[in-house]
Amino acid sequence: MSTPEKPQFLLLFRNRDDSPDPTPDEMQKIFGQWMEWMKGMKSKGQFVGADRLQDGGKVLRGTGGATVTDGPFAETKEIVGGYVIISADNLAKAAEIAKGCPGFAFGTIVEVRPIEQLPAI
Amino acid sequence: MSSFPPSDAPGRAPPADVASVVDHLFRREAGRIVAILARRFGAEHLHLAEDVVQDALVKAMRTWPFTGVPGNPTAWILHVARNRALDLARHTRLGRIRQQGFARVVEECLTDAVRAPAPQFEEEIRDSQLRMMFVCCNPVLPVEGQVALTLKVLCGFGEREIAAAFLVGEAAIAKRLVRARQALRARRVVVELPSAAELAPRVDAVLQVLYLLFSEGYKASHGDTLLREDLCAEAIRLAELLAANPPGDRPATHALLALMCFNAARLPARIGANGGILRLAEQERALWDHGKIRNGVAWLEASGRGGEVSRFHLEAGIAACHALAPSDEGTDWRQILEFYDELLARDASPVVALNRAVAVAKLRGPAEGLRSLEALPGRASLEGYHLLHAVAGQLWLEAGEPDKAEASLRRAHALATLDAERALLTRRLEEARA
Repeated sequence: MSTPEKPQFLLLFRNRDDSPDPTPDEMQKIFGQWMEWMKGMKSKGQFVGADRLQDGGKVLRGTGGATVTDGPFAETKEIVGGYVIISADNLAKAAEIAKGCPGFAFGTIVEVRPIEQLPAI
Repeated sequence: MSSFPPSDAPGRAPPADVASVVDHLFRREAGRIVAILARRFGAEHLHLAEDVVQDALVKAMRTWPFTGVPGNPTAWILHVARNRALDLARHTRLGRIRQQGFARVVEECLTDAVRAPAPQFEEEIRDSQLRMMFVCCNPVLPVEGQVALTLKVLCGFGEREIAAAFLVGEAAIAKRLVRARQALRARRVVVELPSAAELAPRVDAVLQVLYLLFSEGYKASHGDTLLREDLCAEAIRLAELLAANPPGDRPATHALLALMCFNAARLPARIGANGGILRLAEQERALWDHGKIRNGVAWLEASGRGGEVSRFHLEAGIAACHALAPSDEGTDWRQILEFYDELLARDASPVVALNRAVAVAKLRGPAEGLRSLEALPGRASLEGYHLLHAVAGQLWLEAGEPDKAEASLRRAHALATLDAERALLTRRLEEARA
């Protein structure tokens, strides 16, 4: 990624999969809150991009990636469900933006990580 | 990484913001896709259809905020649900079911349905919903099971919402649904329209369930008002679907629609400024939904073609008298009384007789109304019903007997179960004492 004018941050969403299934109408509410949040970030120029990750995957480790497992999912309750990249003045401001995530009520954990930038020399 | 919204991504949605996502999209899609899958899979796999659609909706809820809403949400959900079903069909034991054959049915599901031109696909959804109405309202199921299944399968309500609407525990609703699905399997109910020979009673069974749904939603407000009004809207939607197709396009369906439209028209005026229920006579008639009243008139006219006079015709006639009256005093009580007399002649229901007594009082004064109450057939069965005493209290009040009025209203207050009803009775008690 080229050097951005403003620092960028990765918001990583870890979902818990043990909450009871919402009913369709409850889903509509949750979905609406997420859409509102995303739209809000976009209208404030904070939104850079996002993607949803599928639940499955492979984890490779060891020499030459020889040890392949179906992911760390079995060991942890949280699954990384998606990510958003935002721009913000600093980490504190990025964390403030992350506080708007509607998933907290359902046990979502949000990790905010500054994206490393090359020094401008 | 997808930009947001993904306006230029191929195969993705045009930019979708919150405003463009229809109300109750998830509930609506649940009802549509469960119907289409259950029709394909067969009624014995109803639960599988419900489960995979639930999974697909959860996936949509978690995915769409990141990717935007797809251009064809129905096709997206159907695609995910079908893949999930295919997975289950291949990897789990389905007991007696020939697994491979079933997997093929699941596989064909998407190819046929989604790849068909849109109008054809919508037609399949409508047809599936119509058939599922006859499955959910099949008389082999107990009526409460029919009602719960209709809400779950055709309206996309969750067990929590059905429980809240009927003031029943969630576990009890879950049990009703489990039993209903078991009965469908045990009785080998098929997802088909009833044959011509049994059509009339089967349509009547559907109408009865829709009538119950509407009445439950229309009851004095308790709990979640929006949820209750949704019940009314769903009952009207399903009745319209029924009326729009030859098997259900019958005078009784039109009459039920007229009845529901006239009553639903009053919903916006039922709650007063302080949040209490308003009696018909107290409602601001300008707040009534005149579009709904016009629809009611149109359905009532349609219901007259065919010569059949059902109970719904008579009830719709009463509701029309109220909806079209300029005021409470200007109401055609004579006509209403005639409708009640005819209703009673068909079915000597004490509740109908109670309502008739109100019309008698309006037409011939409170003393006559009280005499009708005294002579009420089956009065003993109504002693525990708060409305009997509420009506008596009101009539004693009008007859200039505040003491007797107070005694009746106190009785009604003690028997009323809903807060809103008690609040209304408290207000009337204050009037009695004044």
